[in-house]
Amino acid sequence: MTTYIIRRLIGAVIMLLIVSMVTFAIFFLVPRLAGATPESLASRYAGRTATAETQKLIADRLGFNDPLVVQYGRFVKGLVAGSEFDTGASIEQCPAPCFGYSYITQQPVWPDLVDRSRVTLSLAVGAAAIWVFAGVAAGVVSALRRGSFFDRAAMGIALAGVSLPVFFTGMISLVFFSYSLGLTAPGGTYVDFTVNPAQWAYSLILPWITLAFLFAAGYARLTRAGMLETMNEDYVRTARAKGLPERTVVVKHGLRGALTPIVTIFGLDFGLLLGGAVLTESTFSLNGLGKYAIDAITNNDLPKVMGVTLLAAVFVVVANLIVDLLYAVVDPRVRLS
Amino acid sequence: MSVGNGGSAGHLAVRDLSIHFPTDDGLVRAVDGLSFTLERGKTLGIVGESGSGKSVTSLGILGLHKGGHARISGEIWLDGEELVSASADAVRKLRGKKMAMIFQDPLSAMHPYYTVGHQIVEAYRIHNQVSKAAARRHAIDMLGRVGIPEPAQRVDNYPHEFSGGMRQRAMIAMALSCDPELLIADEPTTALDVTVQAQILDLMRDLQREFDSALIIITHDLGVVAELSDDILVMYGGKCIEYGTADDVFYRPEHPYTWGLLGSMPRLDRAPTERLLPIKGSPPSLINVPPGCAFHPRCPYEERTEGRASTEVPGLLETEGGHLVRCHLPREERRAIWENDVKPMLETT
Ligand SMILES: Nc1ncnc2c1ncn2[C@@H]1O[C@H](COP(=O)(O)OP(=O)(O)O)[C@@H](O)[C@H]1O
Ligand code: SF4
Ligand SMILES: [Mg+2]
Repeated sequence: MTTYIIRRLIGAVIMLLIVSMVTFAIFFLVPRLAGATPESLASRYAGRTATAETQKLIADRLGFNDPLVVQYGRFVKGLVAGSEFDTGASIEQCPAPCFGYSYITQQPVWPDLVDRSRVTLSLAVGAAAIWVFAGVAAGVVSALRRGSFFDRAAMGIALAGVSLPVFFTGMISLVFFSYSLGLTAPGGTYVDFTVNPAQWAYSLILPWITLAFLFAAGYARLTRAGMLETMNEDYVRTARAKGLPERTVVVKHGLRGALTPIVTIFGLDFGLLLGGAVLTESTFSLNGLGKYAIDAITNNDLPKVMGVTLLAAVFVVVANLIVDLLYAVVDPRVRLS
Repeated sequence: MSVGNGGSAGHLAVRDLSIHFPTDDGLVRAVDGLSFTLERGKTLGIVGESGSGKSVTSLGILGLHKGGHARISGEIWLDGEELVSASADAVRKLRGKKMAMIFQDPLSAMHPYYTVGHQIVEAYRIHNQVSKAAARRHAIDMLGRVGIPEPAQRVDNYPHEFSGGMRQRAMIAMALSCDPELLIADEPTTALDVTVQAQILDLMRDLQREFDSALIIITHDLGVVAELSDDILVMYGGKCIEYGTADDVFYRPEHPYTWGLLGSMPRLDRAPTERLLPIKGSPPSLINVPPGCAFHPRCPYEERTEGRASTEVPGLLETEGGHLVRCHLPREERRAIWENDVKPMLETT
């Protein structure tokens, strides 16, 4: 078991290194392919009014003329230990993890990322709780009443859930629940959990449900398929032969056996979502990572784009790591191998 | 649940039990008019080729014949209580407590995600209000009694950490954990190595004496029941075709199908593939059971019954002292065939 964990941890670290290299290479190369020179990059920091002389100087000081590998090394060092930027006018201290400064606002990227993560994390956690509960419950009931009215209705709704885009369901629910009925908060509202948990939930309930609807559908179908299989397993018959109540048979024996694929998919979905629920955040005007990324891309603000990309990659890799570890918890047969 | 004197004829009394499954292809008559009785401390062997309705019979007794549309009729009396007409919940409460079951493949019959001990504890605690610690001690005790070495350590193992024979021992421990009055073992050794089979059968015989339960052992292998059974019931096409004491069925069998089973028993002195008197053809589909005597398309003596075999269902009639046979051939003729033709063939080596 220990070697299993260590192996996965090493794998995750290697994965992150590769992701950071690839990301860095892309963001290093893309502007140059688009015709940017070290001087024009430097001008982003020096201001457009700076003379060609100053630009050249700053480009040198910021190391834009160094080879790719050296620049990557400096970037990683900034992430791990922080770094100093000599902009000519002054020396900026950029504490670890240093993702650099925004071209537009000249502010460090990392505090922004932390701030935006709170919103995205709030959105993801609430939505995930709803979709896992609703999706799994609907899937179990559908499987147990296969072919019934409930089964067909649930699977029909599930199909709608996976096929309808979030901006569509989101807009409709905003118009209906928020603007017409006044039941939920209008778009653009966000109250942080630490400020007021009740307000936090109230401000997010509609985005949660909208996002959950999209995911619950897949979980319902996955759970249904898994339950149809496990409820025919011999061990479920054994559970019944013991005289266990049907509820215990279904949940403890049937559902438990169907859990592995659900856990897997959940880890991947959740990790991806943490990188930014772009459509949901835009639809509900929530200032999360997804919206941050869109704004950064629109403004060509490379350090921000790179920061979001790397952070999203970290979320996915960490989520995968957690799934791998959960595997061993869910399926004891994994622990031995 | 009706309580009456119906059970007085035996600890377990099955009367005219039928279990039919309506399917898209037609009605599956998996069990058709089966009756038998069994006392505590006695063993009944139910024998027949695969597909003859043995498993459905045992599942039906426990109320586990699945498929929501199954039609069950007849009576099952266990210790004075009738189970067919009882509520599902009442039968559930008896399962595991008064009647328990061991299945063919112990690996798939145990949940892969729970420890062996947990699964025994679960079986015990559902019917006994005891603490987890007490239930765990009981589980360790049971594992020891079924011959698992170092039960206090093994109790925390998962099923995949046990060998096939040990898994079946653990299944037996689980089934016996509530000291049931009736234990049904459905092909308990079929999935095991030959060497392990004998050990498991020995264990079951010892434990049955110890626990004094009624035991039904289901198998397609007459050799298995020969060792263990007091009575033997031979099933064919969902029906009982011969029923009697083990001596009746082994030394005085009167049904051509039973002769066929005896002739196709694997014998230690011969290659496993070599059978003395193999039964030609294959068992009938339970949707289209042949009319008349279900065995007639495969029976070597079919023409001796003047056409009745394919038109008239033979009754299950007593031949002597509780020995029942379902065949149109006159008793004397059956005995003559057995004594003069079949028995000498089986005895030649
Ligand atoms: N739920 C069910 N629905 C339809 N047919 C069934 C069902 N369960 C068992 N059967 C059929 O009943 C017949 C007897 O099966 P079974 O009792 O398992 O035979 P055996 O245990 O003697 O090999 C088989 O033909 C099987 O296909
Ligand atoms: S009734 Fe006829 S066909 Fe059936 S077993 Fe007896 S002899 Fe054979
Ligand atoms: Mg069977």
